[in-house]
Amino acid sequence: MLNQKSTHPRSEINRRRFLQTLMLVASVVVTSIGSFLPAWMKWNPARLRPPGALDEELFLAACIKCGQCVQVCPVNAIHLADLSDSAGIGVPYIDAREQACDFSCDILQCVLACPTGALTHAISQKEEVRMGVARVVSVENCLAYHGLGFKGLARGRDYNGLLRYSAIDRWQPILVREHPYELELCDLCVRQCPIEKAIYLKPIDEKRKTPVITEQCVGCGVCEMICPIEPAVIVIDERQSRKIA
Amino acid sequence: MKRIFQALLIMLGQSPSKPSVISEAAQRIYQEKQQQPKDIAALKQELTRIRQGQYSKKWRQRRWITLILINLCFTFSFWLDLQLFEGSLIASRVFGFHMADPYSAMQVVLGFGLLSINLTIGTVTVIIFWSLLGGRGFCSWVCPYHLLAEWAEIIHLKLVEKKSVTDHPFHRSSRLFFWLFFLISAALFNYGLFMTINPVGIVSRALIYGVGLSILFVIFLLLIEIFYSRRAWCRYVCPMGLTYGLLGSVSPIKLTYHLPNCQHEGTCLKVCEVPHVLECIKKGKASDIKVPIGMDCTLCGACVDICPTQSLRFEIKGFTKSS
Repeated sequence: MLNQKSTHPRSEINRRRFLQTLMLVASVVVTSIGSFLPAWMKWNPARLRPPGALDEELFLAACIKCGQCVQVCPVNAIHLADLSDSAGIGVPYIDAREQACDFSCDILQCVLACPTGALTHAISQKEEVRMGVARVVSVENCLAYHGLGFKGLARGRDYNGLLRYSAIDRWQPILVREHPYELELCDLCVRQCPIEKAIYLKPIDEKRKTPVITEQCVGCGVCEMICPIEPAVIVIDERQSRKIA
Repeated sequence: MKRIFQALLIMLGQSPSKPSVISEAAQRIYQEKQQQPKDIAALKQELTRIRQGQYSKKWRQRRWITLILINLCFTFSFWLDLQLFEGSLIASRVFGFHMADPYSAMQVVLGFGLLSINLTIGTVTVIIFWSLLGGRGFCSWVCPYHLLAEWAEIIHLKLVEKKSVTDHPFHRSSRLFFWLFFLISAALFNYGLFMTINPVGIVSRALIYGVGLSILFVIFLLLIEIFYSRRAWCRYVCPMGLTYGLLGSVSPIKLTYHLPNCQHEGTCLKVCEVPHVLECIKKGKASDIKVPIGMDCTLCGACVDICPTQSLRFEIKGFTKSS
């Protein structure tokens, strides 16, 4: 071996370099496939995507991960996934409970900003959006279900979420914590819903009512965001589980 | 044409070879150099001065300032909601003009199967822009990972000097493999694998949208570059760099080598990120008295700064008079 080394130093160096290069190739390939594995195997929890997002698989293929949708959102609803969010580093998602999309921009700015069409330009109005669908998960906790009203701040004093209240300012969303409510019967989810006829309160008896979600629901998540109960009585099911008749 | 083809092969991993034809003028200069006895003492002094870092770092300063300013423009545009530099270095709108990184766009097209108008406009804009400005100029003048890697390289070289680490070079053809692999895998998996691990995107997004856990991958890469292999990502992996290199093939901005005053002492090779492009500075390897440097060159100017005889210069075709 030693003899070989001294007579063919060049080939020995080349052999070693070749093996090292193979190692480099293998590790980069394995890392890249590993980073895709959660999305590929569908390990990742379903995420609410921005308005106009294509079906998850196509969306992941089409998103170039530039974050332009993040930049144009007036309520900062859109975030980019990190390593810990598993599905594609740099892919946008919305955490509705923290900050829902309330269509403050009116014209779907994120769709307009998307350079690749991952947020499809086929839609131009908020009513056409199908991000997901709201679902009442724990009606037994709902204030309206017990015929109760609501007084005070919907999400407490430390909540940083923004909503646009047309009656206060047509153009500028304000902090939810700066807008106290005084309601005889809690109808926050219906009252703040930015889509017409997407949700209504159905009477159970003369005092009690229960929220009902209709086909019009676009899944924006404002109802989940504004629900004063912890955890929220209404949550958004992401698009994959949306069953449209 | 032949020269571009050769530069392409070298960029893709071929070892540079001796030129088949050396012009008469160049031969004459080589002969003259042979006859003139070298002033060894003066050269030694020169080299000590360089080793102590006593030389102009003009281009490095210009480059670092440009690179930092460009990246800060994106950061502050978002922070202050100026809407002048929207997006990140992967895809953006700069003053309303779409820009998109060609290699990322290719992955999107192959994975998604559709090319939107905006992405087409953005990609074509970037292709034209960097074809004019020298291809891999993107790497050294804009790419934020490049700057981090440069700092890692400084540490690496200090450690090499102390003999605590040694550089482990890989075969450069790996870059072509990665270039093809990430395009084919984008088509196969309908997903741009490279985009999840691309440190350029990770660093650029971290600078704009905030640092996340994914920066750990970048730190890991930098550690490898410090302790194992010098400039490993840029030299042997980055398919974005290779793509920009291809654009550089037609660029009018070029680094050029001038034979007459060169002392062939090779200080430029030691600071170069892609030393295979500087093969012509070795004695007897220049085909002419003036040689344009191949397309893998990042136009970083490190060799221009360090060259004691100004034998390496930036030139713009049509603007710089050939001497």
